[in-house]
Amino acid sequence: MKKIILPILIVLMTGVTCFAQGDTRGNRTIPAVTVKTMDGQSFNTADLANDNNPMIISFWALWCKPCIRELTTISDVYDDWQEETGVKLVAISIDDSRSSSKVMPFVNGKGWSYEVYLDPNGDFKRAMNVNLIPHTFLINGKGEIVWQHTSFTEGAELELIDLVRKVKAGEDISGKVQE
Amino acid sequence: MNNFLQFIRYIPVLFFLIPSFVQSQTFLGGDVHGSFQLDAQTYKADSAIGAPDVEEKMLMNGFLNVIYTNGPFTAGIRYEGYLDPILGYDPRYKGQGIPYRYLQFKKGMFDLTAGNFYEQFGNGLVLRSYEEWNLGYDNSIDGFRAKIEPVQGIIVKGVIGKQRFFWDKGPGIIRGVDGEINFNDVIKKWSDARTRIVLGGSFVSKYQPDEQIMVDESHMLNLPLDVGAWSGRLNLIRGGFTLNGEYALKYNDPSAINKYIYKNGQAIWLNANYSVKGLGITLSSKYIDNMSFKSKRTETGNTLDINFLPPLTDQYAYSLAAIYPYATQPTGEFGYLGQVVYTVPKKTKIGGKYGTTVKLSYSRTDDIGRTALNDTTAIGTPGTDGYEASLFGKGDTKYYEEFNVELTRKFSSSFKAILFYMYQVYNIEIIEGHTGEPVVYAHTAVADLVYRLNDKHALRMELQHLWSEQDKGDWAMGLLEYTISPHWFFIVFDQYNYGNPDKDKRFHYYNLGFGYMHESSRIELRYARQREGIICVGGVCRYVPASNGLTLTLTSSF
Repeated sequence: MKKIILPILIVLMTGVTCFAQGDTRGNRTIPAVTVKTMDGQSFNTADLANDNNPMIISFWALWCKPCIRELTTISDVYDDWQEETGVKLVAISIDDSRSSSKVMPFVNGKGWSYEVYLDPNGDFKRAMNVNLIPHTFLINGKGEIVWQHTSFTEGAELELIDLVRKVKAGEDISGKVQE
Repeated sequence: MNNFLQFIRYIPVLFFLIPSFVQSQTFLGGDVHGSFQLDAQTYKADSAIGAPDVEEKMLMNGFLNVIYTNGPFTAGIRYEGYLDPILGYDPRYKGQGIPYRYLQFKKGMFDLTAGNFYEQFGNGLVLRSYEEWNLGYDNSIDGFRAKIEPVQGIIVKGVIGKQRFFWDKGPGIIRGVDGEINFNDVIKKWSDARTRIVLGGSFVSKYQPDEQIMVDESHMLNLPLDVGAWSGRLNLIRGGFTLNGEYALKYNDPSAINKYIYKNGQAIWLNANYSVKGLGITLSSKYIDNMSFKSKRTETGNTLDINFLPPLTDQYAYSLAAIYPYATQPTGEFGYLGQVVYTVPKKTKIGGKYGTTVKLSYSRTDDIGRTALNDTTAIGTPGTDGYEASLFGKGDTKYYEEFNVELTRKFSSSFKAILFYMYQVYNIEIIEGHTGEPVVYAHTAVADLVYRLNDKHALRMELQHLWSEQDKGDWAMGLLEYTISPHWFFIVFDQYNYGNPDKDKRFHYYNLGFGYMHESSRIELRYARQREGIICVGGVCRYVPASNGLTLTLTSSF
């Protein structure tokens, strides 16, 4: 088995490296995975949308302090962000069944007004290639993933809203990612 | 020092790798994306703290994940390499190869997978396969999976396969079906009803060929070759209330974990929530009796689990608060938890300009009550039904108790703070298997302060203290983190076990590091003198031995 798979891997990897040098940019859309709403109903991630406005998808968990710092920081300015750019933040909790039922009381207790989903077995996390959290994606009005970032540092939300403004204005920010 | 130089030499090579990985690419009309991670550590013997001399001098774990999607098809592989496994990971990971590959077809109501997959039925009480890189945990199922959604609101799943066992597979075959129905989606009349009901049920069975297991010199066990387990679950939602419950029953399954008793196992998991904006309340309870379910009878380690038994307690990010983490006791435990999260509104006297969040939590877990089958058979005698236990019956031994309170407040646009206090009762004899050691009573306090110097520069400080008369005594810790957004961080901390009852073991465990982040790539280099301890993610814990050396972590998604 290994004998067959290794050449495939090499071919795939060569493909990745070659195309990375070319001009073809991936305009990947959100993969279709079943997650749960906070109260436990199934939801297909392919249905995530924001009326042609930019959308932020942020992976977090109750045990992740930087994630909660990021979401709390954005929460303070979220109304202004929405008013200005129409952006929507979708927070994906990767808490497993140990604490996934504590997510809704926590989100409401914090007074967050984000759209929140549960990914208790990491299916969406894997499909989006998230290794570490917080991991934040920016989606343009066409539903394409144009930017992503891992970890949160104080002030990173300013860079994020800057990018949201550019996406809203129709600028292609994905090209800059390679620099 | 030589090690250090050797190590440093590799860093530019790693950086060179990043650009080609950063973004997803098109390939043969499809789309290629994935992720990459490399963890490497050098080792220096430090006999004082018990860090051994490592022959290889440097150890590393790494993976590359590649997913290819084209229309309804998705194919994925993960290449893993452990050269050799980092200390604390199971040495059986030693090697390189592709332990994970699959092909998936999704169209209309069908979602079909062949190869490796991760799956969870309900809360996982009868089936959960998942991976947790940081723990070295992976019980993926290699086989077939079908998910069918005939109409909106009904999902049926079927799985069959064998589980990953390091570079091999476990001996058991797992077969499972799960169905879930959302009544409000299925019954049109109910689509706008205020009450929403989701019902689900699973059946899982494992087959493992017969083997010879002797309980004593003259008695061989007559083993069940097929072991079944089922569960039923209900989700009830009305306004701000949510009720979520699951019950599971497992038929006779003598194993090394339950010391070869034939008693049926059962588990119940109950959660009730109420929340409105600004307030959230959680009440949970669970009862577990003899619910370890593995695809190999004689296995006792963190491998080949078919199901998942979540602990109730929270997981803490603060180092000293994580010294005594609770782990589920699969042979039996009864626990409950209550939690309140409340945000004092902003622009009030108590809430301050930005509001203040208060989180209160209490939980307790005990052994379950067990009575002997008769006067002549001791509780847990191998080859018998073991004992009798009634649902929600509490035993005499307390395993764990915890009370904690956390305050989060932003004082100004440049200063915010988290204050945390926790009281723990930790039965180290049961949880860590330290026979004869007294129960640990610990108080932990943390102040986590963040000060923003300007839009890009920030300083974060953690002051932590743990008080305890037992085990290793008192600990103090100070941490400073400086960040330059969005690319850089620098961190330094020291954990000082100044109250260790053994004066010769009052060590400093210091840690110095920095990291660079760019988009979805991150590289971190640290020098650490690491105390021995337990790291837990989800419900699973891993022992981390003491070590002294450099750690490099490189991660990237594309």
